[in-house]
Amino acid sequence: MDKQQRIKYWRENLRYLAILLLIWFLVSYGFGILLVDELNTIRLGGFKLGFWFAQQGSIYVFVALIFIYVRLMNKLDKKYKVNE
Amino acid sequence: MGIQTWTFIIVGITFALYIGIAIWSRAGSTKEFYVAGGGVSPLANGLATAADWMSAASFLGMAGIIAFSGYDGSVYLMGWTGGYVLLALLLAPYLRKFGKFTVPDFIGDRYYSNVARTVAVVAALFVSFTYVAGQMRGVGVVFSRFLDVEVNTGVYIGMAVVLFYAFLGGMKGITYTQVAQYCVLIFAFMVPAIFISIMATGNPIPQLGFGSAGEDGVYLLDKLDGLMTDLGFTAYTDGTKSTTDIFFITAALMLGTAGLPHVIIRFFTVPKVRDARKSAGYALLFIAILYTTAPAIAVFARTNLMETVEDKPYAEIPSWFTKWEETGLIAWTDKNGDGKIQYLPGTAIEGKKPLFEVGRGASGERLISNASSSSNELYVDRDITVLANPEIAGLPNWIIALVAAGGLAAALSTAAGLLLVISTSISHDLIKKQFAKDISDKKELLIARLSAVLAVIVAGYFGINPPGFVASVVALAFGLAASSFFPAIVMGIFSKRMNREGAITGMIAGLGITTYYIARFKLGWIGNPETSGADNWWFGISPEGFGTVGMLVNFAVALAISSFTPKPPEAVQQIVEDIRIPSGAGEAMDH
Repeated sequence: MDKQQRIKYWRENLRYLAILLLIWFLVSYGFGILLVDELNTIRLGGFKLGFWFAQQGSIYVFVALIFIYVRLMNKLDKKYKVNE
Repeated sequence: MGIQTWTFIIVGITFALYIGIAIWSRAGSTKEFYVAGGGVSPLANGLATAADWMSAASFLGMAGIIAFSGYDGSVYLMGWTGGYVLLALLLAPYLRKFGKFTVPDFIGDRYYSNVARTVAVVAALFVSFTYVAGQMRGVGVVFSRFLDVEVNTGVYIGMAVVLFYAFLGGMKGITYTQVAQYCVLIFAFMVPAIFISIMATGNPIPQLGFGSAGEDGVYLLDKLDGLMTDLGFTAYTDGTKSTTDIFFITAALMLGTAGLPHVIIRFFTVPKVRDARKSAGYALLFIAILYTTAPAIAVFARTNLMETVEDKPYAEIPSWFTKWEETGLIAWTDKNGDGKIQYLPGTAIEGKKPLFEVGRGASGERLISNASSSSNELYVDRDITVLANPEIAGLPNWIIALVAAGGLAAALSTAAGLLLVISTSISHDLIKKQFAKDISDKKELLIARLSAVLAVIVAGYFGINPPGFVASVVALAFGLAASSFFPAIVMGIFSKRMNREGAITGMIAGLGITTYYIARFKLGWIGNPETSGADNWWFGISPEGFGTVGMLVNFAVALAISSFTPKPPEAVQQIVEDIRIPSGAGEAMDH
């Protein structure tokens, strides 16, 4: 793998990280903490939405984020032929 | 059969299983002892990580903490799960590619410095010892509650079991026992939760159940909010902590999770980089099953408690109440003499535990000598939330015994994982790397085993004579991990420019300020205790959340110092290039 390729691979990786971590921040610190009072005016069945994000929703998103990252990186590794 | 008989049978079977696995998976080399030979499948590693992670506190304590703190309890739910996203995205794959045995290995090599390695070893030992002291105590408490032995005897039994498989199998033995322990603990946690969810709402999935309506058609959470605000409590779904504090505590727990050596080390055991990513996903999935169920149990338990006891005559109370009163985990004083239980805001007693007197009150209750002046008459230990669940739901005795086995599995698996970090730090990072560089693999393995014995004995000692700071262990261990390891490792991977001088001063600054803050405001060791209250906290941040500030200080100091000190050598920059590319990870190897 030449230097150009390495840099490109790393940049794409960082882009994925930035997007996924933004979502990570949004669902926990955003929806579950900073915006909790605003979201609590919206209902999701028997849950207030902000409360739901703090005690349920954020955790589901966390799990999904890791598996999405695994998929994205497996594809990226193949594209740059650094997969094993 | 009685509860006691069932408990002996089920706990006996699970222990025989753990010991059987330990004998089957003996370690033959240091590689097997430290990283299970690097051949653990991502799924097995995910299961083992989940068991390693979830301690007796998660299993027995968390639902209770949430039940009694409502929305504020969210810090633990988000904090102890969100860290795995950081682990999976920022740390695990790169550390696996690096391919050594321990966290100090990485710090020492990446920052080409024995000083950095030593700072990391000291921090790893300190974090693990503070954490394990609480775990051994937990083992003792669980034993004493379920098997009716003294707490200290419980600690001895726990020590013997952990010692057996840690000594024989090292990481290999621990990994496969943890897989079994996860299965035991999750089954024990979910079965009562599902039954209770069906009883409360008719929905068998607890995660959905606590957002459903009961028989009266009112949503459970609305009912609970109503019950609580009527009596003057804050509504369950609103918190009492400030938004700033919630933010910082959550962040400190997340960053600490991602920086705890006993968690990181688990990702050295899988064969490939892609396995490290995937296994972090599995780990969080398995953890999430328990962590999303706990808030549901919390709501069922709190609602049940409020409805069953508030303003009800003591004479008509269900039998579980009086049974737990006998154990001292529930206490009631009839302050206004009406024979009814008043459950109101405020603490019912002075001090932490009720002090029981001989004799009975007018309604037949146990008398206590330290009732407070508030009008709240009821003391409930949070820990009974999970323990009493099966009884409140009227489940058969074998399920209650299963909960006992689950609690023990949770406590033992976490203790074993921590003990391994301690023994590895001693035998590999200290002895092999600092003093006896050319010892043979066989000799190092022997030293690793002896270190494990030593670690168990020291941990057992702390379990029997808990130091005063055990209650603050969470704040301490997470704060220190967040302010030392997390920034040092992240910068080691994502910044080629970060050098030895920056990393060392950063770690010391982060550790120093966090330790100072906790010593000042949590332990009261430094400064005037009268000014250590919440009013004097910096920016209103509690000691539990201060690790986040420590991390920021670490980053800031490291970046500043590294900008006017020399670049790391070419070879080290090459290491950084290498760990960013997944292929060719090979096996975790000695060097």
